[in-house]
Amino acid sequence: MREIKVSEITGAIRDMCIEANLRLSGDMKEALLAAENEETSENGKHILRKLQENLDIACADEIPICQDTGMAVVFLEAGQDVHFAGGPLEDAVNEGVRLGYTEGFLRKSVVDDPLLRKNTGDNTPAVIHERIVEGDRVKITLAPKGFGSENMSRIFMLKPAEGIEGVKNAILTAVKDAGPNACPPMVVGVGIGGDFEKAAILAKEALTRKADDASELPHIRALEEELKGLINQTGIGPGGLGGRITCLAVKINTYPTHIAGLPVAVNICCHVNRHITREL
Amino acid sequence: MTEIRLSSPLKEEEILKLKAGDRVSLSGIVYSARDAAHKRMEEALSAGKELPFDIKNNIIYYMGPSPARPGQVIGAAGPTTASRMDKYTPRLLDLGLKGMIGKGKRTEEVHEAIVRNHAVYFAAIGGAGALLSKCIKRSEVIAYDDLGTEAIRRLEIEDFPCIVVIDPTGKDLYRLTSETVVS
Ligand code: SF4
Repeated sequence: MREIKVSEITGAIRDMCIEANLRLSGDMKEALLAAENEETSENGKHILRKLQENLDIACADEIPICQDTGMAVVFLEAGQDVHFAGGPLEDAVNEGVRLGYTEGFLRKSVVDDPLLRKNTGDNTPAVIHERIVEGDRVKITLAPKGFGSENMSRIFMLKPAEGIEGVKNAILTAVKDAGPNACPPMVVGVGIGGDFEKAAILAKEALTRKADDASELPHIRALEEELKGLINQTGIGPGGLGGRITCLAVKINTYPTHIAGLPVAVNICCHVNRHITREL
Repeated sequence: MTEIRLSSPLKEEEILKLKAGDRVSLSGIVYSARDAAHKRMEEALSAGKELPFDIKNNIIYYMGPSPARPGQVIGAAGPTTASRMDKYTPRLLDLGLKGMIGKGKRTEEVHEAIVRNHAVYFAAIGGAGALLSKCIKRSEVIAYDDLGTEAIRRLEIEDFPCIVVIDPTGKDLYRLTSETVVS
């Protein structure tokens, strides 16, 4: 049994909130640079250049990359030989978010009740997904999620007979409907299988994969590639102003499903696809 | 591509020259307002009250900034999705609002109100909040302070880059580009 103080979790989450909102990970930066080289439209190239300039300014002047510093989504994988000491784990996660968003000058974008809508003032609570795994380590992945793109996300409960063509169609429909609203170039996270909520969580998790990480499953890897190609033929382009680069990556995660079902969740993210992982 | 220099408040004769796709560099005064501020403005109008600022010939920037660090004018300050304001926009345009800066598609009702009132809808680069903050030289909360990031701010902007999406004839750049097939 290994003991981990929950204050360590708080400290890690605080730092990760700030880091993720000021500095985009290297894989995403490379994807933007590659996109600029591939883009042929004048407006598109211009926007892709400006987005890279934006990243440099954010880093140098400690201004968030985007003013929508998101709702904090936390994936927490805890080894089953870990004992968390010093208080409730979820409180510790939320305390980390509170500290990160207040001390890091990040925007507070969370309201306490979806209908009454009073701002909580510190961006808590986070959306927390926990999983118990083997071992005595704790892996934390934090993904601040902006809602311009989140709002364009969709879930489709397809029939098995619709098959792979149905899946492609669903993803393309979501991307086309999102268009300029989701701050393209987008990163498209897809969850196929499981049930209704599992598909959505798979899609969100897919967004935390590195931009250059291809699926280990050959048929899914092929689907990721094919969809990237299809999405980049829609003409939406950077900023929705026309061009080749509508998406930087398509990431698909899968899970077994029921004989009667083919759930497909499409979680749209913008080019500010923030994700950061730490292990304790 | 040439850039058109414009100053805000806008002049009608200058708006009428704008075409969907024009790149514009904007200077002057704009007011930030997003979801919650629009809801309050709508409630004020419905109660027969005045709006907290004179919207005649002015521009609303759909934006809620991140907090400024000490020594900074404002935090990140890029556009938010305009469609969430569509419900409130035609009424404001009919009252004299001339321009909006945001990102994303608008409804048919907004298109019609833009044409009817000789107004314009600009897009700024979505997700370029740090870069755009550099074009904001002053920021002052003028109403609904309790809304935090959603309060209405009077912003002094300089050489703020944007692009005409819907021009006063109703032409829409997003619709034009989605019709072009990329080879
Ligand atoms: S969709 Fe992304 S880039 Fe666009 S405003 Fe939201 S967080 Fe920022």
